[in-house]
Amino acid sequence: MTVMIEARNAMFSFGRTPALRGASIAVDAGEILAVMGPSGSGKSTLLHCLAGILVPDSGEILFDGARVDSMTETERSSLRRDRFGFVFQFGQLVPELTAAENVALPLLLSGVRRTEALRKAYGWFERLGLDGMEQRRSGELSGGQAQRVALARGLVAGPEVLFADEPTGALDSLTGEHVMELLVTAAREQGTTVILVTHEPRVAAYADREVIVRDGRVNAPERIAP
Amino acid sequence: MRMKYVLSEVLVGLWRNVTMTIAMIITMAVSLTMLGASGLMYRQVDDMKDLYYKNIEVSIFLKTDVSQPQIDALKTKLAGDPLVKETVYVDKQEAYKRFQEMFQDAPDLISAVKADSLPPSFRLKLVNPEQYKDIYNQYKGAEGVDEIVDQSKLLDKIFDILSSIQNIALAAAAVMAIAALLLVANTIQVAAYSKRREVAVMKLVGASNWFIQAPFVLEAVVAGLIGSLLGLVALIAAKYLLFDGSLKALQGLLSPISWGDIMFMFPLMAGVGGVISAVTAWVTLRFYLRV
Repeated sequence: MTVMIEARNAMFSFGRTPALRGASIAVDAGEILAVMGPSGSGKSTLLHCLAGILVPDSGEILFDGARVDSMTETERSSLRRDRFGFVFQFGQLVPELTAAENVALPLLLSGVRRTEALRKAYGWFERLGLDGMEQRRSGELSGGQAQRVALARGLVAGPEVLFADEPTGALDSLTGEHVMELLVTAAREQGTTVILVTHEPRVAAYADREVIVRDGRVNAPERIAP
Repeated sequence: MRMKYVLSEVLVGLWRNVTMTIAMIITMAVSLTMLGASGLMYRQVDDMKDLYYKNIEVSIFLKTDVSQPQIDALKTKLAGDPLVKETVYVDKQEAYKRFQEMFQDAPDLISAVKADSLPPSFRLKLVNPEQYKDIYNQYKGAEGVDEIVDQSKLLDKIFDILSSIQNIALAAAAVMAIAALLLVANTIQVAAYSKRREVAVMKLVGASNWFIQAPFVLEAVVAGLIGSLLGLVALIAAKYLLFDGSLKALQGLLSPISWGDIMFMFPLMAGVGGVISAVTAWVTLRFYLRV
């Protein structure tokens, strides 16, 4: 398998508090990886470094062979816009936009024409069982619906990597499982690599592989699915 | 979508924190009014300088016992002097007449002074009023000359006072501008904090920095422009109520302020208000818009 994204000995501190102390991880193309660990272990920081949101103090982040950590802010923005997708614990939809506009947002920011972007977005509503919700705003959606809209937004541009930080953390177990099934199915269909931060073993069970982050370091990977 | 989103964010931002927005606009308006007023004063003082310096004279007072040949010699010398534009000789009788006119409200003073006790003088208009020093040096030791008085010296004192008022107005405008800047920075910080989640989402989906910052910067610019409009209204009110109202009697002393002068100040106020707000908001966001 080809390595899609990789961290090599990444170190990162928030002020004087170290969050990553030499984290190394490699994720293959099309792989679904679960990153687990206790609160404050550095798993979200690792995800943010891999996604180019944070730049490590030292070490390397590589995506498709290119050094993300040495890119400019503009280059990292366009990487996030064109090649990455994101889903977070709370849907984090933009309240001023409709659900359809929220889904279409990455496409609109990439310069895709509005009608084309919305057409693609509408396709995801049907696929994720959100028919009829297109014109609703975030306040008019349930937690599960908002999370599915966020998932659609994360996948609409056909990203090569989807970063999911506790995507079911704010949902009840049944809705959480539904969202995970949709996420995994859609990612597999698109061949998207998924990096899934979670502390729930139930959620991690959807992944091909699981790693544990402890004290800012990644332990030896353990393959949990063939 | 982009423009619609940015504009709706500007309106939402201004309305979301309306008390802070009003405070920002008022401070900006006061600061810009002071700036506009001091700008008007600069123009006014320049106009007044032109007006007054055009009419000022240098007076060469002669000794009361000056002889006719000494007067004639001075007259000839002054007539040929390239620094002097115009010379008028005021004899004792003429000086007494002027004295009577000047002090017509004080008959006791007039009756106490005799024409013979007033010195004759030459009243000069200079080609360049600033060359007073040369005239003084040339004529101070001349036969029959008692004293040389330059009116511009008196005017300088008046203009020094006006300049001080100008500087005070500018200093007040600067202090108010600092207060306005801090308020703009604070308002933008509060706005950025209240929208931190949306900002984070926009960053994550790859929105460029300018796209994220534009609504906040425009929010500050709109407040700055509203402030400058209010400043313009204040200047119009000042012209209407003060210069054309209670200070109308001083119109002979003060050069008039035209509507054109006031309108000329508006682009300056709007430009300063808009640019300062935009730069402050942008700098503030550099520190506060990090995901």
